[in-house]
Amino acid sequence: MRAIVTVIGVDQVGIIAKVCGLLASMNINILDINQTVMQELFTMTMLVDTSACTTTYEDVNAALTAKGQEMGMSIRMQREDIFKAMHQI
Amino acid sequence: MLSHSDILQTVDMIDHQHLDIRTITMGMSLRDCAHQDIAECARRVYDKICRNAEHLVETGCAIEAEYGIPIVNKRISVTPVAIVAESSDSEDYSPVAVAMDRAAKNCGVNFIGGFSALVHKGFTTGDRRLINSIPSALAATEMVCSSVNVASTKTGINMDAVYEMGRIVKRTAELTADSGGLGCAKLVVFANAVEDNPFMAGAFHGVGEPECVINVGVSGPGVVYHTLQGVKGQPFDVVAESIKKTAFRITRMGQLVAQEASKRLGVPFGVVDLSLAPTPAMGDSVARVLEEMGLEVCGTHGTTAALALLNDAVKKGGLMASGHVGGLSGAFIPVSEDEGMIAAASGGTLTLDKLEAMTCVCSVGLDMIAVPGDTTAETIAAIIADESAIGVVNNKTTAVRIIPAPGKSVGDQVEFGGLLGSAPVMPVHPESAETFIRRGGRIPAPLQSLRI
Repeated sequence: MRAIVTVIGVDQVGIIAKVCGLLASMNINILDINQTVMQELFTMTMLVDTSACTTTYEDVNAALTAKGQEMGMSIRMQREDIFKAMHQI
Repeated sequence: MLSHSDILQTVDMIDHQHLDIRTITMGMSLRDCAHQDIAECARRVYDKICRNAEHLVETGCAIEAEYGIPIVNKRISVTPVAIVAESSDSEDYSPVAVAMDRAAKNCGVNFIGGFSALVHKGFTTGDRRLINSIPSALAATEMVCSSVNVASTKTGINMDAVYEMGRIVKRTAELTADSGGLGCAKLVVFANAVEDNPFMAGAFHGVGEPECVINVGVSGPGVVYHTLQGVKGQPFDVVAESIKKTAFRITRMGQLVAQEASKRLGVPFGVVDLSLAPTPAMGDSVARVLEEMGLEVCGTHGTTAALALLNDAVKKGGLMASGHVGGLSGAFIPVSEDEGMIAAASGGTLTLDKLEAMTCVCSVGLDMIAVPGDTTAETIAAIIADESAIGVVNNKTTAVRIIPAPGKSVGDQVEFGGLLGSAPVMPVHPESAETFIRRGGRIPAPLQSLRI
């Protein structure tokens, strides 16, 4: 199943490394990454494959939220379908 | 891959613009729960609701977690209880309401609708008993919502029912006086009621509906407000187009959630209701959307035109986004549940008469309006009659959810708490309509041809 991970917050060293490390630890495969920094606001969207993921959605999101709080950022994972529904006909 | 900016736009809508699914409502038939003994009928009702809705809340929560979209309410609507309880010989149908309340609590939903009767042409014995049971049923329960349809375009207005509902609203307020007349916040009087509405307090599972069905109500005044901030000063063509695009996106999300819920619960998908439903939270107000179009305060001249545009654009944008659209679909204007409406009513700009005009073009009617506690049953009935006439003549649903707040007068505030918000007590005309209301009988159905 494909999902989108979004990371939003103040730019800092090691964001990608920390998020990717956490995703790898739950066996979530990254398919694509898009990232920009505008006026110190870091935004990243990642397309990931969760089919081999070892934990539930709730646990993944709990881990991402905890990591986000530690870094002072907002991090979450949502199923890709919702974005497709809203932005593609 | 999806565009980076589209993804971030959705996340921003959820985080900062109150984008959410307002309700997943499971409609179910209780027609097979009828029994001569009201206690047995209530037991069957309780068992059936608990059985059907056992996984409703957990499924809603799972979808919420996976899609990252808040699903604010999970609710249940049932067959109008007047039909279910009619086989019993009891005069009092409130045991069924109590069973519904217990079942709702057991399933974890926050409202259950359908303590209802459809009397637009006349009363059956069961209808009369149900209507008489409404005050005690609403006083004895927390989550049960009640509605009565008193008029339709095809049949006209049942003025006996209108008068009766004026008295029932008063009695309900008296029995729930210690909570500001809260019972009336759960009682809707309809004209042209719809059978698949997922929103409370007017939801019931119509007789033409299947055994069990999932209906979803989307929302998003905050998202529309944000969209309009991007088109300041532009002509109305641009305004309408922007609202349509936003409504399309919101509805697509609603459709996705509805289909997912239907698949997981093994219950057919019914409709998506495209309504813009406000909450008392800042930034989630329909009044503020109207003001963003250029009105100083909601309720001033121009408000009806602004609401007409909003309502129409929401429907047009949403229609293409969903396989089946139904319910009330449009913009709601509940006073107590909308931060901007509360402010406009408290300031005196938004009056009952202006609200009545607005209901000609919105999706429902006079909603969550507090009036002085000494307002007579006849005046309330006359308000219901006016609202019914608007619905019947204009082929639309209208409703009255009015609270004659016990012991309160103009200028006071009634607190209901939570989603029901707080309502400033609004003045009604002191001149009597008693002689008019006491006539009774039926106002004939309006002509459908030769329209000008």
